[in-house]
Amino acid sequence: MVHQILFFIFAAVCVAGAINLLLQRHPIHSALSLIVVMGSLAVLYLLLGAPFLALIQVIVYAGAIMVLFVFTIMLLNAGEEERSHGSRVALVLGTPAAAAVVGIIVYILVKGSPVDIQIGKFVGDTSSVALMLFREFLLPFEVTSVLILIAIMGAVVLARREH
Amino acid sequence: MSQLLVDIILLLLKIVIITHVLLGAVAYTVWLERKVIGRMQNRWGPTRVGPFGLLQPIADGLKFIVKEDMLPPGVNKPLFVAAPLIAVALALTSLAVIPFGETITLFGRVIPLQIAGFWDKTAGAIYDPGVGLLIILGATSIGVYGIALSGWSSNSKYSLLGSLRASAQMISYELSLGLALVGVIMMAQTLSLRGIVGQQAGGIGHWNFFGGGWQILGFFIYMIAAYAETNRIPFDLPEAETELVAGYHTEYSAMKFAMFFMAEYANMFTAASVATLLFFGGWHAPHPALEFGAPGTIPFALGQVFWFAAKIFVFIFVYIWVRGTLPRFRYDQLMAFGWKVLLPLAILNVVVTAAVVAVRMAH
Repeated sequence: MVHQILFFIFAAVCVAGAINLLLQRHPIHSALSLIVVMGSLAVLYLLLGAPFLALIQVIVYAGAIMVLFVFTIMLLNAGEEERSHGSRVALVLGTPAAAAVVGIIVYILVKGSPVDIQIGKFVGDTSSVALMLFREFLLPFEVTSVLILIAIMGAVVLARREH
Repeated sequence: MSQLLVDIILLLLKIVIITHVLLGAVAYTVWLERKVIGRMQNRWGPTRVGPFGLLQPIADGLKFIVKEDMLPPGVNKPLFVAAPLIAVALALTSLAVIPFGETITLFGRVIPLQIAGFWDKTAGAIYDPGVGLLIILGATSIGVYGIALSGWSSNSKYSLLGSLRASAQMISYELSLGLALVGVIMMAQTLSLRGIVGQQAGGIGHWNFFGGGWQILGFFIYMIAAYAETNRIPFDLPEAETELVAGYHTEYSAMKFAMFFMAEYANMFTAASVATLLFFGGWHAPHPALEFGAPGTIPFALGQVFWFAAKIFVFIFVYIWVRGTLPRFRYDQLMAFGWKVLLPLAILNVVVTAAVVAVRMAH
């Protein structure tokens, strides 16, 4: 019961934060809304019984990555955004794309998940996450780390070219 | 009364008591700092209010409350007001998961000495968050926003420069801070603070800093990174008086300024607690003979709180000592030291500890 109430509160906060992110005209207010979205997502993970994932979400996304966003906005001293009338391309391509995403989500929700996941019924501790990562999904995990390494090296090359 | 109601009442009581104890300790740490630094610089420190200036923190608190709370023109009001609240709220959040003893039995009820710790009657064990250490790291990483937003919303160049420095410094040193703790986590095979302390029972030879894990390198990396995370000398560039007036809190006055002060000192206490719990055996005495009374009695529980507080005091004293001893880093030195020295050393510590743990497991 408590789980369900908390779920609806934080799901509502999450959606409200996401809508506010789009509506705010100042970049820093948008960035702060995104932090709210990340934070409430973390609470949803916690309710699903994944405390490790929830805390990593807070530390990595709400903490480290969003601090870099805020840092960049502060450094560029970005002002308020102008409100435009929207582009034609966004209207032509965006509407079907959004409809497709909504359709897929509705289809999955109606069809039901293949795994029985219920709020408050599932326990996923740190060691089970580790076992999954280093046994079943070892290859994707290592490929991702190589990808990140390449991205870091690319960033270094781009940053050094001026000298 | 149902168990849930009892747990909730106990939780609220523990929150009120522990928060007040911490804030009182914060006020008297400021007094201690002024006194000790004064003696180190061959002067007296506060002496006027009360014996040895002991009432100075109360006078200061009153002053903070009655001073005019100014709102400079051109500030972003919602964020300017929210920033000190974020800073102090997240500094106090970490407090919830810090255990400072096992249990105390009062009026026939077993009460774990930790805000977020509950006594499970059927299992006869304490239920505490299994990812306690990550909660502290998470609260620390969100706490950066208090400083970042205060500088940006103040509409002042000194504040903005201070908060830019603070954000960059805290992101850089957070990496080394987290990696320095990985060694202990690998040895303990758990992220629960109670679990980590439980394995260090039995005297000084079992502490992770000494015989328990020889995490000496890890400890020093953690301590250096923690000084940078709490913006203390020698890493207090975000509020370097000679360059930035007072850095990110230049435009703040009265209670809002006091909140940043409280946040900084509460963060010092958190850093000292983590060092104590992870490297120095938490609430365990240096030798089993130095524990008070028999396990389960009230003197035993208070003895554990005493040992925990004594270790925290040593770390706080070292904080003050360092402030009285070292000059401030230059900004490029700070960044170079964090990325080129501290981070590689932290990674080295992780690799070596992982190898040792793997060899131990194989045998």
